[in-house]
Amino acid sequence: MLVFSAFGSFAQEAQQHTEEPAAAAAHHEEKGKLNIKEIIFGHISDAYDWHVMDIDGHPIAMPLPVIVYHPEKGMSMFMSSKLEHGHAAYEGYQLVTEYYMHERKAAGATEEEMKMLESNTGKIIATDGASIKDISITKNVFSMLLSVALLLIIMLTVANKYKKNGAMKAPTGLQNAVEPLITFIRDEVAKPNLGNKYMRFMPLLLTVFFFIWINNLLGLIPSGANFTGNIAATAALSLVSFIVILFSANKHFWGHLFNPPGVPLPAKILLVVIEIISLFIKPIALTIRLFANILAGHIIILSVISMIFIFGAMNQAAGWGFAPVSIAFSIFMFCLELLVAAIQAFIFTNLTAVFIGQAVEEGHHDAHGDHGMDHAHSENELVL
Amino acid sequence: MGLITPALGLFIWTLVAFLIVLFILKKFAWKPILKMLNERETGIANAISSAEKVKIEMAEMQADNQRLIQEAREERSIMLKEAKETKDKIISEAKEQAKAEANKIMEEARTQIELKKNAALTEVKNEIGTMAVAVAEKVLRKKLEAADAQADYIKMLSEEIKLN
Repeated sequence: MLVFSAFGSFAQEAQQHTEEPAAAAAHHEEKGKLNIKEIIFGHISDAYDWHVMDIDGHPIAMPLPVIVYHPEKGMSMFMSSKLEHGHAAYEGYQLVTEYYMHERKAAGATEEEMKMLESNTGKIIATDGASIKDISITKNVFSMLLSVALLLIIMLTVANKYKKNGAMKAPTGLQNAVEPLITFIRDEVAKPNLGNKYMRFMPLLLTVFFFIWINNLLGLIPSGANFTGNIAATAALSLVSFIVILFSANKHFWGHLFNPPGVPLPAKILLVVIEIISLFIKPIALTIRLFANILAGHIIILSVISMIFIFGAMNQAAGWGFAPVSIAFSIFMFCLELLVAAIQAFIFTNLTAVFIGQAVEEGHHDAHGDHGMDHAHSENELVL
Repeated sequence: MGLITPALGLFIWTLVAFLIVLFILKKFAWKPILKMLNERETGIANAISSAEKVKIEMAEMQADNQRLIQEAREERSIMLKEAKETKDKIISEAKEQAKAEANKIMEEARTQIELKKNAALTEVKNEIGTMAVAVAEKVLRKKLEAADAQADYIKMLSEEIKLN
């Protein structure tokens, strides 16, 4: 059901884009072609409103609150509908769209200003040129808040059921669905990597896993947000993991990092530099792995759907003819993405556990054993 | 399009929301759920081990029962055998005794009969003697009424003695 409704809305949207009236998007059709790149990027980028679809050129969209901090004017908050998609400024703030850039260019803006606008496309700028802090509830933030609410409702319901039924009653319903996942994280992720200290990190690992997974799944809903495919979101999650890694690291870990035993001095200096770099690469790898995987999945699905309209633009028959192929392939991609949603959540959780495990690992005073353990860890990392 | 330039707003909101979710779930969901799971697992492990123990105990009890039944059976057969022996012994003893008693009674009866017979015979002899004496007296009385007869008789008797 989900998958089919996906096609419906994607198809409709893409079609609307292709048939958009010249008045609203003259620049779209400057070259007389449909701009696939713009359609796809429109779907995967963050936005100030939640645009579901267009019906007969009328957009169905929900405006979201914009919150900006101006170093002189302070905080201001208003609905994104006030900005009118870049057609009007509000309280000195302007949404940079192609329409606005077009307008500025026509008004004789400098090369420099155009460059600045180019780099800020899709963002809100202050018309007086001040550097503002934008902490709006964007589409991604809103989607995340929805999934957070969903997550809290699900988990608190389940927890209540445990409290009500007591320990010795067989799980039922939602509880039955969640329990294997919790025991999976505990037995396959936490225990093997963290040993007997696993209980301390279980809340973090469980939260990371379910938070990422539910956001991945919500991201798959057609016209949903692309939260976990956004680098800011994954960076924030990795920052949490990184802080936990740093704060849970024991003396043994720091000792090995800054003073690797049994290494001559010149090699030691090199090794310490490499170790420090590798320490910072860990959260960066976490950030990019999740973000790139989810983003790539979304781009592929959108591209496959768009192919129908590329062919359709060349020849209507070709478009209709290619539709079944395209739909079959995107069904396959959707199934794959469902899998990837869970797998990437698991990988992020597992790598967090592996990194924490390295940080809390006790010294064995046995160089060979230590090396073997590190080797196993890095191998684990490589596999994932 | 800033695909790889993180937006500050989303970053901050994600951080805040994640930390709040982490805090709430840790306190109200993960702790109780993990505790319950642990409790259930130890409970199940205990139940299994106690069931195993009961099973072993049952097997032991069954073996005990079997042994007791076997013993009872053996005892019963021994008792039956003994009873049979006793019965046979009693019967044969009784027979023996009865026989002896009978013999004794017969013997007594026989001696009694002998005694009675002898007594009777003596009496008969005596009677016959008396009767013979009486008859002889009567006969003699008649025969010795005459004097010469008496003389004859004495003569005969003396002759008889002579003969002896």
